[in-house]
Amino acid sequence: MIDPWYVAAFLLVILVCLALVRLFLGPTPADRAVAVDTVNTLSVAVLILLGVAYQQIIFIDVAIVYAVLSFVSTLYIAKYLGGEL
Amino acid sequence: MIADILVLACLSVGILFNTLGIVGLLRFPDVYTRMHATTKMTTFGSMFTALAVIIFGAVQFISTADSQYMTLSLHTLIAALALALTNAVGSHAIARGAHRSGIKPSPAVVDRLEEWSP
Repeated sequence: MIDPWYVAAFLLVILVCLALVRLFLGPTPADRAVAVDTVNTLSVAVLILLGVAYQQIIFIDVAIVYAVLSFVSTLYIAKYLGGEL
Repeated sequence: MIADILVLACLSVGILFNTLGIVGLLRFPDVYTRMHATTKMTTFGSMFTALAVIIFGAVQFISTADSQYMTLSLHTLIAALALALTNAVGSHAIARGAHRSGIKPSPAVVDRLEEWSP
């Protein structure tokens, strides 16, 4: 039997690839910012699932730091879009 | 046995909601509706996948008394809390930036935010 954590992580990686389609097509810069935000959230979920699958708790610590740092980068992109930077 | 079914159900719900969010991102007409779909759906779905990991770690800790599973659950809880706090604030900031850069919702007739002045 295949471990369900690997299957879930694989499906989420497919969803990340579909979000990259919107990142490539997006007509305005705000659409691309939304797609990047989605990819960041899904990356945190994939890191948590891989941390369980490989029994490495350090992956989950990496996921926490990645969530906070991607939040900071999203705030800077939003400030740049609004012309306040 | 029941815990396995619960973990699989939480994982399935999480992946289902993430899929719906990506469908909304690909199919909706303008930036505000895309943000409406992806932010709520991916936050909910990622928190359900984290909940599956938390339940798995708690059940393994109870059955084997190995302390690394407790560490797994606690760190996943911290990651889910960080996700819940940062996603909402980040999407609000992107919506504010998109409105300030002049993007209108596609069938918009009135814009009350434009008329508001502090």
